[in-house]
Amino acid sequence: MEYALLIYGNEADAAKMTEAEGHAVFQGYMEFTKWIEGSGKMKGGRPLEKIGSATTVRVRNGKTTTTDGPFAETKEQLGGFYLVEAKDLDEAIAIAARIPGANHGCIEVRPVMNIPM
Amino acid sequence: MQSEIASLYREHYGRILASLIRALGNFELAEDALQDAFAAAVEQWPREGVPKTPAAWIFSTARHKAIDKARRQSWFGARRDEIQRLIEFEMSSGADDQAEAFPDERLRLIFTCCHPAINREAQIALSLRTLCGLTTEEIARAFVTPSATMAQRIVRAQRKIRTAGIPYEVPLGDALPARLESVMAVIYLVFNEGYRASSGDAVVRNDLCMEAIRLARILVALMPDQSEARGLLALTLLHDSRRDTRADANGDLILLEEQDRTRWDHRQIDEGLALIEETPIGPYAIQAAIAAEHARAKRPDATDWSRIAHLYALLLEMRNTSVIALNHAVAIAMAHGPAHGLELIAGLEASGELDDYYLMWSAKADLLRRMGNFIDAASAYRRALAVVTNTADRRFLERRLVEVLSHPQGSN
Repeated sequence: MEYALLIYGNEADAAKMTEAEGHAVFQGYMEFTKWIEGSGKMKGGRPLEKIGSATTVRVRNGKTTTTDGPFAETKEQLGGFYLVEAKDLDEAIAIAARIPGANHGCIEVRPVMNIPM
Repeated sequence: MQSEIASLYREHYGRILASLIRALGNFELAEDALQDAFAAAVEQWPREGVPKTPAAWIFSTARHKAIDKARRQSWFGARRDEIQRLIEFEMSSGADDQAEAFPDERLRLIFTCCHPAINREAQIALSLRTLCGLTTEEIARAFVTPSATMAQRIVRAQRKIRTAGIPYEVPLGDALPARLESVMAVIYLVFNEGYRASSGDAVVRNDLCMEAIRLARILVALMPDQSEARGLLALTLLHDSRRDTRADANGDLILLEEQDRTRWDHRQIDEGLALIEETPIGPYAIQAAIAAEHARAKRPDATDWSRIAHLYALLLEMRNTSVIALNHAVAIAMAHGPAHGLELIAGLEASGELDDYYLMWSAKADLLRRMGNFIDAASAYRRALAVVTNTADRRFLERRLVEVLSHPQGSN
């Protein structure tokens, strides 16, 4: 079996953390990532940019519309995800618009966080 | 010297900033560097004289400042593409310091600022700030929004452009029409916000109108083949030509038919009319053609209302909205008599969509008044007064209500 583990949190709470608290959380993720990689169970996963960078894409009657911000309604549920490489947001939106689910639900486009190595 | 620098700022800020943003891929860094470059001009020019090409001097000074700043901040979190950009930018500087020309990147930037992944309010604020050089405080005042809210809106949009990877490109092919529509919608909203303040005391907030015309001019200069862009520029010029005659000394509204046409800005009208097309096909060009009919009429009774009615019918085919239908009804009334217009308005009234739109009630009241039905006119004016928000419009409606009530058949 494969499982997707989706991480939810509150950005506003995270922003209120002290530097030490933030560091502890970061440290926790480093340890978890090291452990899961070592266990051979890691299939992939990346942190996402903050919600302010989100764009929601819908296709209705063949016409693509984009809105600023995350998917915010609750009558639909997360059904899956693709991780793609695109040269800019326009290309990412064009790809999102081709996902069948865009025709009835919507696709939230979130940039993956850039971690300096 | 100060005024020389101020006018340089006014005229070239948007263009220089656009080039810097394009080169750096970072709004905040570009804005900071440009502010520093202007500060350096204020300090150095009185001492050393104005350089031969002041705008190019500002651009190349800002470029050096940006590179310094980026180095000092050591750019934690900078992406590889950003570092690459900076290296390229640095290599391109040096020899061409005295270059007269630097690339005009405003067209790309208009499309970036009006990208549909940014919400409309932020598109407007970002365009005014980036392309027109308005300060956050000026924009906040114009839109009656607290400065802090406006600042947050702008910063958020700038960050989104960077983190979400919104490109600095003029969209190609199929994508262009929809994206151009978004750019023109922003410009027209800015204009309308200035022309018809939705609330508050001023009938006209001139600055916003001027900025919108400036943006439309940039668009036309950069995309001369786009007939809708020319239509938008013509439309804003023609409406704005009536600016000084739209209100009396008390700020009260003066209707088109009562305006002193000799005081319309005829230079602006000529510029607008030169952009008008014989057979307009897009919505902005059609609206411009309508405005042109009014501008051409030397007296109100010389207005070609049947041509205007025809143009509204065209527009209605394209955008079937109640507001356009209302304008069509008024034009029909003017061309063929108030009864024909009232018939169309009755249909709109039945739909209920314009219940909160005071112009429907005031148009109905006006036609009833013209037909001598003062009792029904009075009740329509009351409906208009119940939903109007602008105080100048309110005073106008109150005056009209008093007029019909004072008529022998009007009091009840």
